[in-house]
Amino acid sequence: MAVRRRSGSFVLRVDPVLCDGFGHCHELAPDLVAMDEWGYPIITTTPTPYADAQELESARYAVRGCPRQALHIERVGEA
Amino acid sequence: MIEAHALPRVLHGSSGRPLDLSTHEREFAPGTGDRTHPALLDQLERSGLTGRGGAAFATARKVRLLHEQRGHHKTVVVNAMESEPASHKEFALLGANPHLVLDGAVALASAIGARDVIVCVARDNPAVINHVTRAIHERVRRARREAAITLHTPPGRYVAGEESALVHWLNDNESLPQYRPVRPHVLRLGRSAVMVDNAETCANVGLISRFGAEWFRSLGTESSPGTTLVSLTGAVERPTVLEAAFGTSLRTILSSARADPDPQALLLGGFGGTWLEGTHVAARYDRATMTSLGADIGAGVIVVLPHGGCGVSETQRVVKWMANESARQCGPCAFGLPALADDLAHLVRATSDGATALERLRARCDVIEGRGACHHPDGVVRLVRTALRVFKHDVAAHASGRACEGSQTGARYVAVPHLERESDLVWQ
Repeated sequence: MAVRRRSGSFVLRVDPVLCDGFGHCHELAPDLVAMDEWGYPIITTTPTPYADAQELESARYAVRGCPRQALHIERVGEA
Repeated sequence: MIEAHALPRVLHGSSGRPLDLSTHEREFAPGTGDRTHPALLDQLERSGLTGRGGAAFATARKVRLLHEQRGHHKTVVVNAMESEPASHKEFALLGANPHLVLDGAVALASAIGARDVIVCVARDNPAVINHVTRAIHERVRRARREAAITLHTPPGRYVAGEESALVHWLNDNESLPQYRPVRPHVLRLGRSAVMVDNAETCANVGLISRFGAEWFRSLGTESSPGTTLVSLTGAVERPTVLEAAFGTSLRTILSSARADPDPQALLLGGFGGTWLEGTHVAARYDRATMTSLGADIGAGVIVVLPHGGCGVSETQRVVKWMANESARQCGPCAFGLPALADDLAHLVRATSDGATALERLRARCDVIEGRGACHHPDGVVRLVRTALRVFKHDVAAHASGRACEGSQTGARYVAVPHLERESDLVWQ
């Protein structure tokens, strides 16, 4: 299967109003999402390249797995 | 016409009661000045006016952003909520020149193509509500051809004065801040674009539309032109609101309120503001100087803390109140701010675990910052961090189990409102 190389990077973002601290994102994307002492996500601010297929996949799992639908993937400057 | 170098400007003619419309027109030349979009935008751009609510966003940029929005139902919202407990400038301004504020709002409305002006005053501020109601009636009776002005009274919560919370209230009757991932973000009332401006900003627009940008810049500094309203409380002979040109020395400002001339520290900006060492009283009060000293002018609040006060316990009381005022929408704010207040309380009591509490406090500040929908938690973090820097000797004493002298006298200088029970916090 042809792998489409994507340019640019992304960051995962959370809507803090929607987020209720279920913690699924931390389970699904442990490299991108840490957890604070109250169970709310601390998302890494360093962009991840789209080329990193594994991280992109886990980020997508996190977005889909959020019971509050509070996460989205945001493209950041071409890097 | 007001002389270019004369002070006060926005408080001109204040006599303890608001100027009525005809006196207002006599004092401030009736609506001279071209208020059509390009002319006013040009004047605003050259004036360098920035928002007076705290964020200091360039007003001309905001006008341009809103002018570019499509649709005919734009709205100008005048923020006179005065949510900062230590700020009294809206009370002074609308108690002196309500029509100047409305003039500015109407000028902004015609500049962006808005048909409506909404003035928001917290409902626990009946004096200001009276002034605004009366001013609106006077204008209606005159049948002036201008945008329709209405008054709204959201609940007087701290975060209710945040612009997205204001618009949320106007939309859905809920004074809760909204999450805006992209900034600058155009807030919307239904589908129509909204421009929120502080009442003091509007008053300055009212002056600029009359007298022009050159006049406006004749006071203040190059990077902070014009004047600013300053609310002085704490160790002062009498709490005062005064209008000062940017660049006036802090010492002059303090002396005009007969404040303690040699304070230990100053709380600048507001409850989500910054502490500044009292040794800087000779510094000029403008944005560039204050930023270089690690402080912020914010909404023009100055609370004077004299020697003999305890900065750590003052900060703890403020943080505790701010934690209670959280809208409890975002986890890091709802749980983080009470945790900060708790750590500070440990520090104030100078218990044996003071050093651990201090370390935990620092770590929690880093964790909380930037993770709320609005900047409420960020303001608290900033206050705590500057407190740890400015009062570092007292903090070290408290952390090693010896409470500083000030905390033993129990003297308090920052006027923190009573904590309301959580069930009494009304958001609608």
